Amino acid sequence: MPRVEAIALAVEAAVAEAAVTLRPDVLSAMRAALGKESSERGRAVLGQLLENAQIASRDAVPLCQDTGTVWVWVELGAQECLPSDLHAAIDAAVARAYRENALRMSVVRDALFDRTNTGDNTPAFVDITLRPGSGATVHVMLKGGGSDNASLVAMLDPSAGEDGVVETVVRAVEAKASGACPPLVIGVGVGGTFDSVAKLAKKALLIPLDERTPEKRRRALEDRLLTAVNATGIGPAGLGGLTTALGVRVVSAPCHIAALPVAVNLGCSALRTVTVEVG
Amino acid sequence: MSADSIRVTLPATRDNLSALEAGQPVLLSGIVYTARDATHASIAGALEAAGALPFELAGQALFYAGPTPPAAGRPIGSVGPTTAKRMDAWTPALLDAGITATIGKGARSEAVREACVRTGAVYFAAVGGSAALLATHVLTAETVAWPELGTEALVRMELIDFPAFVAIDAAGRDLYAMAPAEWKVAR
Ligand code: SF4
Repeated sequence: MPRVEAIALAVEAAVAEAAVTLRPDVLSAMRAALGKESSERGRAVLGQLLENAQIASRDAVPLCQDTGTVWVWVELGAQECLPSDLHAAIDAAVARAYRENALRMSVVRDALFDRTNTGDNTPAFVDITLRPGSGATVHVMLKGGGSDNASLVAMLDPSAGEDGVVETVVRAVEAKASGACPPLVIGVGVGGTFDSVAKLAKKALLIPLDERTPEKRRRALEDRLLTAVNATGIGPAGLGGLTTALGVRVVSAPCHIAALPVAVNLGCSALRTVTVEVG
Repeated sequence: MSADSIRVTLPATRDNLSALEAGQPVLLSGIVYTARDATHASIAGALEAAGALPFELAGQALFYAGPTPPAAGRPIGSVGPTTAKRMDAWTPALLDAGITATIGKGARSEAVREACVRTGAVYFAAVGGSAALLATHVLTAETVAWPELGTEALVRMELIDFPAFVAIDAAGRDLYAMAPAEWKVAR
């Protein structure tokens, strides 16, 4: 089979799976949080979210009615060549997946000048990058509007350092977390340029919560961020409690000598991502 | 949901809602109308043109939600609250015109809190991200207007024991403002 079709089929299957399945690491983290949550209301919310995950997978219905915009990141083996239009194939796969799985169409034609629903949840938002070797790694994320709306990019002075990053993340959470459906998974991007830092934060949301970086300083920053966010008391559903976030992941990159770009992408309690290898 | 949840029947008069207090868990049963961003723009347009709410919405409850299509033998697949703040620009006028309750998620503006006090309306918060569960508490769903808006159409839904919390009560107490501070003290 031509590789474009294999990638498109992988995208279609990933959309269907992500819409109804809570990521296993998020599910485990939510169960652990229920044991530690000291707010009664917070425990009720976490219990409701766990029951929701059960019903969604049992009945094959979406975890959340906002089945999101679709982000597809294809890491393509540099040995591959793609004979036909991968963008068109991905859009067709997304349209099929949304129609056949009764998902919600949540995309308008233009942000400002034509807010008519496109009717098939396309276009998908697609990144294609090259990596060594053959095959392709395909990442698919269904991103809810509520949590994406609560995200931000800040261009800090380098002197702000790690303290500045922590302040920026806590500010983002305090300003808008109640509408972003906590418990959150928080993706933090640091470095790159104004446009690329947001992508780093988004990629951070792909890192499983049960997978820790071996880098000590990065791990320490992630722990410090989680502690700071969970000291806000915002809690599950924003109704008070310990579990404002289940985890924080930081991805950093080179940047200009004058820059310290920071991006915070909030992932909601219905964080939906699937990563598959296409051979 | 905890055993001490208070049962609330919708539509509710302001008198029925006056005893509710921010923070209380509730189970909502009865009629609500779904309305998101585009629906609000349409309702507000009709209100301005006619001087009254369209489709006899006076006295009714608005549920900020855009459901997924029917699934699993239910009238809708999944439905849960969307962020209420996006409706804040329209809400005071709609409460003044007769809406008595709203259901959504997340903190709201001071103008909405004041409008709740002024009109005796209540804002309920449902748990965002629990839409598969919440859909099991929806008995019927029927499109009333603006089907061309897709998931943003005005839909009349009948709820049964739909779990939520009182987020802003008619006395103006705001759970989103109170809860983090209360948790910090209790800790
Ligand atoms: S923020 Fe996430 S959980 Fe909340 S409504 Fe949007 S998609 Fe659903």
